[in-house]
Amino acid sequence: MSSLPLTQNINEQRDPVDLAAYEKNHGYEAVRKALKEMSPADCLQEVKDSGLRGRGGAGFPTGMKWSFVPMDDASEGHKYLVCNADEMEPGTFKDRLLMECDPHQLIEGMILSAWTIQADVAYIFIRHEYHLASKLLQEAIDDCKAKGYLGKDILGTGFNLEMYVHSSAGRYICGEETALISSLEGKRANPRAKPPFPQISGLWGRPTIVNNVETLCNITHIIRNGADWFKSLGIGNDSGTKLFGVSGRVKNPGCWELPMGTPIRELIEEHAGGMEDGYKLRGFLPGGASTDFLVEEHLDLAMDYDVIGKAGSRLGTGTMIILDDKTCPVGMVKNLVEFFAQESCGFCTPCRDGLPWTAQVLDDIDTGKGMKVDMATLKNQVRFIGAIGNTHCALAPGAMEPVSSAMKYFADDFEEHIKGKACPYCESNSTAGGV
Amino acid sequence: MPTIYIDDEAYEVPEGDNVLQACLSAGIDLPYFCWHPEMGSVGACRQCALVQYRDAEDTRGRIVMGCMTPVADGARFSMKGGPAGEFRENVIESLMLNHPHDCPVCGEGGECHLQDMTVMVGHRNRRYRGKKNTHRNQDLGPLINHEMNRCITCYRCTRFYNDYAGGKDLSAQASHDHTYFGRQEDGTLESEFAGNLVEVCPTGVFTDRPLVNEYTRKWDMQSAPSVCVGCALGCNTLPGERYGKLKRIHNRFNDEVNGYFLCDRGRYGGSFVNDEQRASFPGLRQSNGTYNAIESIKAIQTMVDWCTSDNKLAAIGSPRASLESNYLLQRLVGEKNFSNGIATHEASLLNQISQILRNSTVATPSMRKVESADVVLVLGEDVTNTAPRLALALRQSVRNLAKEMASAMNIPLWQDEAVRVLAQDQLSPMYIVSMSDTPLDDVAAETLNLSPNDIARMGFAIAGQIDSSLTETKGMMEEFDADTQKIIAQISDSLKGAKRPLIVSGTGSQNATVIEAASIIASALQSKGADDNDAMLSYCLPESNSLGVTLMRTDAHASLEDICQRAADGNIETLVVAENDLYRRAAKEQIDALLSKVKNLIVIDSIDTPTLSQSALALPAATFAETEGTLVSSEGRAQRHYPAFLPAEQRDATWHWLTQLGQALAFPGFDDLEHFDQITAACAAEFPALQNICEASPQADFRSKGLKIPRQTHRYSGRTAMRADISVHEPKQPQDDDTPLSYSMEGNTGTQPGALLPFVWSPGWNSNQSLHKFQSEAGGALAGGTAGVRLLEPMNTGSTAENANLPAKPKAKKDQWQLLPIYRIFGSEELSAHSPAIQELIHKPFIQLTPEDAANLKVSAGDGIVINIENQDCELEVQVNTNIPAGCAGYSVGLPGASWLPPETSVNLKDAQIQSNSGGDDV
Repeated sequence: MSSLPLTQNINEQRDPVDLAAYEKNHGYEAVRKALKEMSPADCLQEVKDSGLRGRGGAGFPTGMKWSFVPMDDASEGHKYLVCNADEMEPGTFKDRLLMECDPHQLIEGMILSAWTIQADVAYIFIRHEYHLASKLLQEAIDDCKAKGYLGKDILGTGFNLEMYVHSSAGRYICGEETALISSLEGKRANPRAKPPFPQISGLWGRPTIVNNVETLCNITHIIRNGADWFKSLGIGNDSGTKLFGVSGRVKNPGCWELPMGTPIRELIEEHAGGMEDGYKLRGFLPGGASTDFLVEEHLDLAMDYDVIGKAGSRLGTGTMIILDDKTCPVGMVKNLVEFFAQESCGFCTPCRDGLPWTAQVLDDIDTGKGMKVDMATLKNQVRFIGAIGNTHCALAPGAMEPVSSAMKYFADDFEEHIKGKACPYCESNSTAGGV
Repeated sequence: MPTIYIDDEAYEVPEGDNVLQACLSAGIDLPYFCWHPEMGSVGACRQCALVQYRDAEDTRGRIVMGCMTPVADGARFSMKGGPAGEFRENVIESLMLNHPHDCPVCGEGGECHLQDMTVMVGHRNRRYRGKKNTHRNQDLGPLINHEMNRCITCYRCTRFYNDYAGGKDLSAQASHDHTYFGRQEDGTLESEFAGNLVEVCPTGVFTDRPLVNEYTRKWDMQSAPSVCVGCALGCNTLPGERYGKLKRIHNRFNDEVNGYFLCDRGRYGGSFVNDEQRASFPGLRQSNGTYNAIESIKAIQTMVDWCTSDNKLAAIGSPRASLESNYLLQRLVGEKNFSNGIATHEASLLNQISQILRNSTVATPSMRKVESADVVLVLGEDVTNTAPRLALALRQSVRNLAKEMASAMNIPLWQDEAVRVLAQDQLSPMYIVSMSDTPLDDVAAETLNLSPNDIARMGFAIAGQIDSSLTETKGMMEEFDADTQKIIAQISDSLKGAKRPLIVSGTGSQNATVIEAASIIASALQSKGADDNDAMLSYCLPESNSLGVTLMRTDAHASLEDICQRAADGNIETLVVAENDLYRRAAKEQIDALLSKVKNLIVIDSIDTPTLSQSALALPAATFAETEGTLVSSEGRAQRHYPAFLPAEQRDATWHWLTQLGQALAFPGFDDLEHFDQITAACAAEFPALQNICEASPQADFRSKGLKIPRQTHRYSGRTAMRADISVHEPKQPQDDDTPLSYSMEGNTGTQPGALLPFVWSPGWNSNQSLHKFQSEAGGALAGGTAGVRLLEPMNTGSTAENANLPAKPKAKKDQWQLLPIYRIFGSEELSAHSPAIQELIHKPFIQLTPEDAANLKVSAGDGIVINIENQDCELEVQVNTNIPAGCAGYSVGLPGASWLPPETSVNLKDAQIQSNSGGDDV
């Protein structure tokens, strides 16, 4: 039992793990065990007990999410499991690793998840640019079908599961679970209002579970090794391991599987090798582009959902973006907001029009055209767009997280831009706005 | 009813509402854009935000959208407190980032919901310093103007056009703040209901193109409650006038009839009122065929001379004229000498339907009730083209399965997207058995295309499956092949299991047995269908008063053929024809013969017709927009339309020409017919079936708070200026003694009966969204009551039809093709075909052939073909249609240039002359 289960088969120097190699290292044992020895309710209990929380960014307890799927006989018809592999958050590159290096781990996790909720159709909704992963997953699915892990009457248990790879149309919003469902149905990738939740009325109006790649990969190990084992992996409050990433001006940017609760300092200084020479850490977005900035004082916090939450940010996808002292925070935030404005589906007003407005204000400040009143406007925008519930989905509130926290931690920078009518970083030959 | 608290004030609100709807019903002005009472909520615009508190102790609360929040007993909200006010203002400010400041030149200005909401939230100062996004506009055809720069992306247009009306060619495109609503490429919007975008759009993206071309602000339009004359459904309308011209027609809400929407024939067809071919003065025909304009008084005198010379007098009324006009005409000439002007065959169909409706235990539903049907069978009718608004109602009925599914999962029905997502493409069953393809086919569970007699036979077979004791249906089932028998069994099982089954048929197939079959099925369902089922039976009829004049019919009345015969026998010297083009009723030969035998032909009509051109005396009549009249819709609802403006020059209402004639003739009783109400009352007294028509609307002496109802808005401007080129003295406003309405801005509106709503306008609510201020609750019936009175209610015990009209088995005749009547929303109806905007959309007369027939006849789509009907050559364009039944050909009925089609006409197409014109497209 590896203490780093998600990456146990991964060696980037080698070819991706094929079915034979995967099986050799206990692959599909969990499927045999679950389908033959465990009821869906047993599996659900195991996942609940494991304390696994969604690895896509929101950190919702997976077992609880699944428990809303109707399991009575009255719910005739299809149920769906959808893997959200539409990894498009700027700075996030963890699911790609899992899919490109060990596709069977995901498929096994999906078979187990589908068994738990009794889904008979599963989709892998994958980012369009992930050509290699798509190809590998399709090959893996074909191999599984030939071997009887997928299709009709899996391993003679009577359980049926069809699995499809579906390439996304290439919009960030497709990663929002309900927008993903709309997109999968061939409609505009607009998110849907909740309730009703997808567990009740999701894809094609049927009960549907959407989980992130990493979440589903974890299921394989939870079912194989048990909830207690999984809980023991974490060194903080949360269970299991997580793929953490660091990008920005560090010596060794990358992605590593580490126990939940690994201190931020260890992540940056040990695994990422610390800051590049000549650069100092100004702050960092701990969980991807739509999380609040944290700063030096937070370096000793554990990468745990609640710990990071209490510090005013979110663990998000666990892939960190570093802001150094030679990059303009205003420019960086502007760049991010422009991205989110561009990726808005255009459905609700605060997101569709509020984000471009925010981007315009940030652009004015960044390019020296800012006015004092702009800070009030930005604060207003944070109140207007920044709260869940004000908007149709979480995209725009997420987009405002770096803005509001930058205004808090880097207030001087904003003031300097406005007073000096120029970006102070431009003189120091920095790549303003680069992420 | 739950109690909710808004700013600590308690309100009892309807169970199941959302908070926005509850607020509006309670009179609280909560701004909104994307919500629509008929289309529900989606939460796109975020305008209706308020703060919701957990309990009385909670002081922070959180922002929620009113339209997406269900009411719950004890729930606490605030409009004023917390950040909600600022939030609502921010929403407007955001919408205004890209909205042009073109209100002064915008067609929506003055009735713009966006203007109203902007003022309501108090947004004033613009902080955004960026450039505005701009878009390229599209040419969407003659009915609708497109100005995308004004779009605030509320998604109402696509939600109406696609989700509600089933359109396919308008969509939301691109994304973020470049979201674009339009077609894939420029071109006329295909939906028959596209015109509703004008009213659905909260700002000026989609505007009424004919109005924009000759523009008048809402506040400068004079209007009155009216009824559409485009078909028999009786949709309620609001015609708006300025400078003596009909500027536009807006929807007039009637919860039971048309709700919030009209069809495009109704919205744009009324412009025949402005037709320059309309005569302004009475005309006396000279020997050279030209007309001399004469004064009204002279015209009356001429009529008196012609009508008193002897008693060889006859009159022909019209199913597109009011009850009052028809009544006066028959009273003047006597029952024996009066024909309602409907061709014999059609008259017999209408009579059959009226007998069924009057004696049936099955109810004829209002369009609102049609929407509640859970299984629908359409028998022989292309509803979209003969009764368009009903097709929109049928389109809603197929969503009842989705609504049932949603209710079972506690999803509120106003959660529009959630309801659609849940059901996806699952629909309540609608079965269409018709002569050809119809625009409703896309939501039908099964469609079958058969000849009329086969449709009837299938109908009988279905009835027989439902009630095996029926003798008249014996053996019908066995005549169909095994596959068809399966479908028949499916349809009858489905109907039998329905709680609210609806059979729709009508005169479209011109076939009595089809009508009979529909009635037999409905009766069978009532006795042998699901327990306590509310079976419904709806007939589509051809014209605005087809049912009215049929209910007026007595056995003494002459038929059109009788009149022709009497004229041929030399027994008619003077013939008065009111609002009827006889060439649309019978073969040209027959009408030519009739008119040539009549010495004095007097024709009263509002439009220029071939019949009018034959008259010795032509009298210009007022249109629906210029006079009052009572019409009976196909539902059996009597409704009064009022003049929005006075007819120009010496045009006059038909009923007024006739009262003047009667009075000049010193005809007994005509002295008592001074006012319109008196004519209505006399008509009601004479015909038992019409006894309640006086209840259709209030009498002329009705006053609201002691005042008449104004036709002009309180901002009506330029009353002196608009005549300043003639005289600077403003003439006295005309008096109106016939109605409770005044030609004035003064008066009271707001609390009047529903039938007397001249416009919708409320302080702060200048757009048509102000309607909720006139409703009993937001989206509910008008506070003043539903307009109109239903004349026909189902009997407790019905007398079943004595001898069922059994459909004969069609016999294939060699080289003979049965012509099936094919109707078009644009062109098949007489009056709307005179509207310039509609004229652009009218196809030339066509014949539809099966691909096999086209191949055998060596013609292809786009070719011309000349066929002879009743000794008249008729040039038709060939269309190829796979849905035409074998042995038949589709014939476009009523289109300008198409001959009148006698019932059950067959032609030999092999002899037809063909004009090749390769390059046409198949349909």
